[in-house]
Amino acid sequence: MRVTLQLILKRMAAAALTLLLVSIIIFTITSLLPGDAAQAALGQNATAAAVAALRARLGLDQPVLWRYLHWLGGLLTGHPGYSYSNGLPVSAIISKRLPQSLLLAAATTVVSVPFALTLGILAAMYRGSWLDRALSTTTLAMVAVPEFLVATAGVLIFAVKLQWLSALTFVLDHPTPLEFLRSYALPVLSLCFVVTAQMARMTRAAVIDQLSQPYAEMAALKGVGSARVVLTHALPNAVGPIANAIALSLSYLLGGTIIVETIFDYPGLARLMVDAVSYRDMPLLQACAMIFLAAYLGLVLIADICAIVSNPKLRRP
Amino acid sequence: MSLHSGRRAQAARNGAGAAAESSADNHPQVLVKNLRVVAGSPGTPSVLVNDVSFAIARGEVLALIGESGSGKTTVALSLMGHTRAGCRISGGSIEVCGTDVLSLRPREILEHRRRRVAYIAQSAAAAFNPARRIMDQVIETTMIRRLMTGSAAREKAVTLFRSLALPDPQHIGARYPHQLSGGQLQRLLAAMALMSDPELVILDEPTTALDVTTQIEVLRAFKRVIGERRATALYVAHDLAVVAQIADRVVVLNSGQVRESGPTMQVLGAPRDAYTRTLLSAVARRVAQSVAQEPVVATSGASSRPPGEDNRRQLLLAVEGLTAGYGKANDQGLPSSLALLDISLAVRRGAALGVIGESGSGKSTLARVLAGIMAPARGTIRLQGELLEPRMERRSREQLRRIQIVFQHADAALNPAHTVAHILGRPLKLYFGLRGAARDERIAHLLDVVHLDRSIAARRPPELSGGQKQRVNLARALAAQPDLILCDEVTSALDAVVGAAILDLLAELRRELGLSYVLITHDVGAVRAICDEVAVLYAGQTVETGPLQRLDAANCHPYTRLLVSSVPELRSDWLEGVASASPGPAMPATASSKDLCRFLPRCPVRIEGRCDQQPPPLNRTQQGAQILCHQPANRR
Amino acid sequence: MNSPATPKARSELAASPGWLSPARWRRRRNALPASGRIGLALVLFWALLALLGPWVIPHPPGAVVSTTVFAPMSLRFPLGTDYLGRDMLSRILIGARYTVGLALAAAVAASATGTVLGLLAAISGRWVDELLSRLLDALICIPSMIFALIMVAVFGSSLPILLLTAALGYVAGAFRIARSLAVNLSVSDYVEAARVRGEGRLHIACVEILPNMVHPMLADFGLRFMFIVLMLSGLSFLGLGVQPPAADLGSLIRENLSGLGDGAAAVLLPAIAVATLTIGVNLLIDGLADHGRPEGGGGKA
Ligand SMILES: Nc1ncnc2c1ncn2[C@@H]1O[C@H](COP(=O)(O)OP(=O)(O)O)[C@@H](O)[C@H]1O
Ligand code: SF4
Ligand SMILES: [Mg+2]
Repeated sequence: MRVTLQLILKRMAAAALTLLLVSIIIFTITSLLPGDAAQAALGQNATAAAVAALRARLGLDQPVLWRYLHWLGGLLTGHPGYSYSNGLPVSAIISKRLPQSLLLAAATTVVSVPFALTLGILAAMYRGSWLDRALSTTTLAMVAVPEFLVATAGVLIFAVKLQWLSALTFVLDHPTPLEFLRSYALPVLSLCFVVTAQMARMTRAAVIDQLSQPYAEMAALKGVGSARVVLTHALPNAVGPIANAIALSLSYLLGGTIIVETIFDYPGLARLMVDAVSYRDMPLLQACAMIFLAAYLGLVLIADICAIVSNPKLRRP
Repeated sequence: MSLHSGRRAQAARNGAGAAAESSADNHPQVLVKNLRVVAGSPGTPSVLVNDVSFAIARGEVLALIGESGSGKTTVALSLMGHTRAGCRISGGSIEVCGTDVLSLRPREILEHRRRRVAYIAQSAAAAFNPARRIMDQVIETTMIRRLMTGSAAREKAVTLFRSLALPDPQHIGARYPHQLSGGQLQRLLAAMALMSDPELVILDEPTTALDVTTQIEVLRAFKRVIGERRATALYVAHDLAVVAQIADRVVVLNSGQVRESGPTMQVLGAPRDAYTRTLLSAVARRVAQSVAQEPVVATSGASSRPPGEDNRRQLLLAVEGLTAGYGKANDQGLPSSLALLDISLAVRRGAALGVIGESGSGKSTLARVLAGIMAPARGTIRLQGELLEPRMERRSREQLRRIQIVFQHADAALNPAHTVAHILGRPLKLYFGLRGAARDERIAHLLDVVHLDRSIAARRPPELSGGQKQRVNLARALAAQPDLILCDEVTSALDAVVGAAILDLLAELRRELGLSYVLITHDVGAVRAICDEVAVLYAGQTVETGPLQRLDAANCHPYTRLLVSSVPELRSDWLEGVASASPGPAMPATASSKDLCRFLPRCPVRIEGRCDQQPPPLNRTQQGAQILCHQPANRR
Repeated sequence: MNSPATPKARSELAASPGWLSPARWRRRRNALPASGRIGLALVLFWALLALLGPWVIPHPPGAVVSTTVFAPMSLRFPLGTDYLGRDMLSRILIGARYTVGLALAAAVAASATGTVLGLLAAISGRWVDELLSRLLDALICIPSMIFALIMVAVFGSSLPILLLTAALGYVAGAFRIARSLAVNLSVSDYVEAARVRGEGRLHIACVEILPNMVHPMLADFGLRFMFIVLMLSGLSFLGLGVQPPAADLGSLIRENLSGLGDGAAAVLLPAIAVATLTIGVNLLIDGLADHGRPEGGGGKA
């Protein structure tokens, strides 16, 4: 037990260290901005004095290391600076958008994870059957299809042609379940499309990897049916890889949300980030990126811990 | 049902095999006729098993013997209605307990496996699910069949554990597989198989992965339960001596075909088939050779050595106080887990030293340290008096050239991307600067020396057989014209016949080139075949060193005796004979046991109050042997 | 070295079980499964178009040649016209050239750099390995789309920057795989044998290890190419990728999005083009991997 705990603590420390490194990378890249943020913000014909004043206000006249530490401290205390484009506190802007993104991510997770796991495990259970082959081909194609294609095709079919669902996502204050469904169905389904395929494939691979182990053959030879072999023999050993697969696929959501929120004009964090890119609004961009990265690392860490806890060799040495 | 009995009657009338007497109640438990298994696409199938027929009578143990790849496992699995991925049964019939296995539907096959046949796999360590407790796995099928309550099943399992001589039978089931040793797992696997009181037990090389000293315990346990239950069994093995202990009848398989079958004593004693004779001679030759060598060494004679050399030959390799291990070093510079402890060895020019011990005794570590792959924590290595740097990076090219190493896994030691010519040419270029025609000529010569066809030079390792690869490995070592070759388990991955040929080659090369060897192995037979000195390694210590005859000396170390007596012999009463040599009940190692005899917990002749109090002294005999033991020579 | 960053790389290994072993690649030549052949055909088709594009376009891709916007397919405009009345066939041919060319260059850069660095990390001492691994582990933790957004925000979206972005975004994954391959190979008996023989590091890296990395790295290269195509098209779709007047397939979809309601060919065709390209690559790799599976235990004699 102590060993497990130590291992988990070690992983957490490593994750924190990686997050720190990542923050350095992000900060370094964003400080490489050719020209000057203040100049860029005020335009070419601003007076030198005005630019200098803005530079001082933004802290751009300080040494890089100091700026980094200041920024990091701000991030940790929840005050990652002010937006270049509208001068509002970044935290205020983000706190309006974050719940929307979380809602979208949660809805996608709730739909895709059970569905993908079922598909992956079924495919592994009946590997080689027509079901498996059909699923394998479909998911293979789904992984390779760009999410913007899925989303636009969805809009074309369900919103434009059939007019069942709405093409834009209106965020209502107190939506009825039907309204909620109508406005969220398309973005959520578009996100699920790619994520589910990825997750199902990886789940199947993880389970099949276990099924090719000698102990699975032994179980079959002692007369344990194939469904039972998958459920009681392969699955307990595949918990780690599957948790990993889920974490990775959900993090793949990040790329997906950026596209999907843009297409559906959804007021989430990813949309905010794309806008920040267009306006070169660095503080906002940095903060959004760090939130996404922290979420990603958190997911991977949870998957890692699942793998550790599910492994008896680590639990009881 | 009537269809089945019809088939059964017909099968009985046809009477396949000696055991299939025509009387109805004497009907064989297992009847395999003209079995054919193929793999690959239907258009161009490769035949794995062809026209195999045999029968097993009730209560009989039939052994299926042959080299690896001969189709033994394929046949065994087909009795369970199972083929490995990509293979299929394309002809013949299989009848187990009156059931036509090949006509069973998937659901019935499961039932067939749960009730009638049970399988004990070669590697128990791999056959247990690492994520589940032993007990859950042992009683799993019983629970699926709802034969008894959970507690009744557990009780039955504990009874089986006890009769298989497992330690702590009450609680061993609560453990996970990684917490148990290979020998224990193998017996637990047997317990799992016997839970359902099967009518046929299939044992697929159940002791091949074990050390000889463990094998003997497992064999004994198997033989007892099989005898007690009068079980019908199919015993798959490649080791004839093991088969002699346990089987009533033998079927010899080669390339998927039956070469010979009959009662064990008849097949082993008076083989009719040429292939069986080759198999037997591979085993017998080792014994014969060691007998032939004995007088030679006893008189320190020179018949097997280059003529005209002095008896007191020059010391080639001298190892002094070698200590090495793995893990972080402590403040005294010693690694946290020690694999070698204060090893001293000497190899004279032209001599062959056999280093022998069971798995985990530190054999491979020794090879790595000698080669400089790994630096020792303490100790020195001298080559002809010249002190060698601990790490190979700092040894001179000339020093590296003079010691060559041949690895255990022939295929892993050859780069699959290179041709044989490239592999052999590299040391020629590196050490002697040979190029072009001169190099090609030398390569051809090397291939001749190891008895390989010259055309092999153009091929790549994946296209060669195991024996050929090991010969290329040897040729690569010879290319450096070394003084000393370290052979790390060079034959253990090979079949008996191929391995015996490699040993012959080693002996021949030594004779003709005056080479010295350090032969590191777990196989007493290999040491007997080509060595004239021996060092016995136990848990990182040399418990005994001396001339080869030490192995059979009356006053050898207790561990040497255990090791040597555990090597199965072809006599069928061998297993009973060695029963008395079994070690006493294991003794818990005390906390202060650091310098004590490491063999203490397993030693049958330990002296209470002495062995568990003081480190053992080093005894020297007149012939120059050294034995690490408390017992006086006449009591060991 | 075991930072939580590794799972991404691990999954890339896991998602493609088996095909990383070099020996398995040797047996693949006989025949590809049907899906693999479809993939090969698609890949060849797009490679050919990208190669020949400028010589076969019927109209200059930037010129407005028709007064009808979103014109349907006709003899004069085989694939119709776009939202400004430009010839779609010409635009797709040139767009494919951008997409394939950019992604190919970036994938080659990522895979080659990753292989060299991975090999370097595996054979040099602990420090170099530690440094490279830490740095690239951190990089691998940044999802490529987010990395791309940051790069574009800072440096704009000129072609060299897009290339650099895609290469940097995917180099870490290639490094991970190359390093783990090289580390596995460098503890193999034959490398050990070369060391005991007294071979230098360069010989060991280039002659003993590298040849055995080529096949698995090629397969990985295919996957990397596919993901780069997806990322670059995504960027262009957001308007942050290849900038007008140049246009890759992603930009073509974006600029013609207004025709979506009428199901105009101008928006559907580029979308189909991207999809067939990526699916083709994926099918091809999958076919090769399936085919490379070993057939049983291997021969002994
Ligand atoms: N799944 C498989 N597909 C094709 N050939 C196989 C497969 N499994 C084993 N073989 C081949 O079948 C032959 C017999 O194998 P096996 O029954 O395992 O022999 P043994 O048990 O005597 O070692 C070997 O040549 C082996 O390479
Ligand atoms: S020292 Fe004692 S315990 Fe060790 S081998 Fe000799 S008699 Fe046995
Ligand atoms: Mg076998």
